[in-house]
Amino acid sequence: MIEIKNLHKSYPMGKESLHVLKGLDLLIKEGEFVSIMGSSGSGKSTLLNIVGLLDIHDEGEYYLNNELIQNLNEKKAAVLRNKFLGFVFQSFNLITYKTALENVAMPLYYKGVSRKERQVTALEYLEKVGLKEWANHLPSELSGGQKQRVAIARALVTKPKVILADEPTGALDSTTSHSVMEMLKEINAEGMTVFVITHEEDIAEQTDRIVRLKDGVIISDELVKKTVNA
Amino acid sequence: MFDIGRWQEIFQSIGKNKLRTFLGAFTVALGIFIFTVLFGMGNGLKNTFDKFFSDDATNTIFVRAGNTSKAYKGFKEGRRIQFENEDLELLKKELGTRIEYLSARVYKGVQARYQDESGTYTVRSVHPQHQFIEKTIIDKGRFVDENDIRNKTRVICIGRLVEKDLFKNGNALGKFLELDNVVYKVVGVFSDAGGDREERNIYAPVSTIQLIYKNTSDIDQIAMTFNKDIGMSGAQKMVSDITKILKEKHFIARDDRSALFIRSVAEDYEQNMQLANVLQMIVLWIGIGTLFAGAISIGNIMVFVVKERTKELGIRKALGATPGSIVGLILQESIFITAIAGYVGILIAMFALSQMGNSLEDYFITNPEVNTSTIIWATIILIFVGALAGYIPAKRAASIKPVVALSED
Repeated sequence: MIEIKNLHKSYPMGKESLHVLKGLDLLIKEGEFVSIMGSSGSGKSTLLNIVGLLDIHDEGEYYLNNELIQNLNEKKAAVLRNKFLGFVFQSFNLITYKTALENVAMPLYYKGVSRKERQVTALEYLEKVGLKEWANHLPSELSGGQKQRVAIARALVTKPKVILADEPTGALDSTTSHSVMEMLKEINAEGMTVFVITHEEDIAEQTDRIVRLKDGVIISDELVKKTVNA
Repeated sequence: MFDIGRWQEIFQSIGKNKLRTFLGAFTVALGIFIFTVLFGMGNGLKNTFDKFFSDDATNTIFVRAGNTSKAYKGFKEGRRIQFENEDLELLKKELGTRIEYLSARVYKGVQARYQDESGTYTVRSVHPQHQFIEKTIIDKGRFVDENDIRNKTRVICIGRLVEKDLFKNGNALGKFLELDNVVYKVVGVFSDAGGDREERNIYAPVSTIQLIYKNTSDIDQIAMTFNKDIGMSGAQKMVSDITKILKEKHFIARDDRSALFIRSVAEDYEQNMQLANVLQMIVLWIGIGTLFAGAISIGNIMVFVVKERTKELGIRKALGATPGSIVGLILQESIFITAIAGYVGILIAMFALSQMGNSLEDYFITNPEVNTSTIIWATIILIFVGALAGYIPAKRAASIKPVVALSED
């Protein structure tokens, strides 16, 4: 689903340039539940941005759904994002003046879905995250966990191939974090590839595979041993 | 443009951001208001000139002959041009209803005598319509009439001052006056707003004078007024037609400038209209300047709006909004606000102009107004301005990388 070969990325910092990603190789197959672990500055967010087509890599190859990503213009990137990717952000990134339903329906608008169908589908996904009753509330009227659930519904509504979650629990307390992770697990169980970025060990451990990143290189890539809890 | 979803987005955005929408709209409305009012006043200025020249000034055209300055069609230069009765007929035939009144003028300096009193006067022999061309006011009796022309009667209509000079405040009407030893009956006394000189003239039928003096059909001058319906541009055309007709008839080179002299209000009018046009151009440029100031401030506001919405636009991009759809969204909102605000501005300005009416007449502004074509143009300018004001920030918004936009707070 996602294949990265010798990926490099640097940011210009005045006259110097900051080499953030120093040749990454990564293969994520369809249906995997992967977490990228790393402290801040390790390059994990940059990796997510490149995978999410929000940023462009300098060197190396990136295949999304077996398609080589290169010479990507904004328009093409937008279409690919809409088609293949769903985003869940740490700060939710809901549009403040739109209701939960309108927020969820927005990707469908850009997909070109008719208004009526947008409403129906968006409501369906809100129901899935347990917020049907909150459909007409503004984000400011929702709790952090509810906001993130709306964001998840929004990420799912276009039926993407990959869910990219950037510190999805970063702004939530542990109980709410747990329920959000449970929701991501469910989504994964339904067959969707989920790609989580986190710096919290216990969040990473809930995924199937942990890729550790330090100073722009992968230092370990291992499957999580599932301990069966009593 | 007809995407309902897009319109919903716009109305939502406007509804959530009332203050900035109001400020932007207010700026545009003010700009358009000032533009329209200035333009209307420019028109008012023009109206004043128009009125000045069509009401107060006369619509007279005087044609006088001179000497040719160029050899033409076998005629030598320096030839004297002489008008005759047939020239009058020719003009009447060629110009038709464009002529309101038409008369010949033949001038004779005469020695006038009544009993013991005598003096030197000018006889201006004319056709009856001359009364209306010169706006001669009949105090007593009558002016020269068609009968006089036909019968070549020896009648005269004398100026108020002629009566005063020769009849010593007595009544001249019905008396007989001797001009160059020929006796004429006084049938009328006139006065003229033109002043003393005019009131020392004596009017006689043109046919009578032509008969008495050598029996020619010579004419010194042709006087006429044009039909006011043809307007000033029509008058200008008419003057050039008269020139053409007479030059052809008398074998005068087209570029000969000394053989024919035509004096008409149309030429003065043209000069003054040029002045009015220059003034209106100045006013127009001030208006356009104001409009652009409005556009720049709308642009400014849109830059701010885009800045404020950077994160939102970043989210939209992450969700699959193409740069084109972002540009379209911002642009459409900008054009929409500009068009509505501009229209309100135009309406208020038109109301203001109509209220102003003729109260500024003392300042040379008569009936300030804007016509439909100006409004159409203003609308086009508005949409253009709105597009311009929205485009640059929209383009910028669309080119911001989503990752940068999302990290914004």
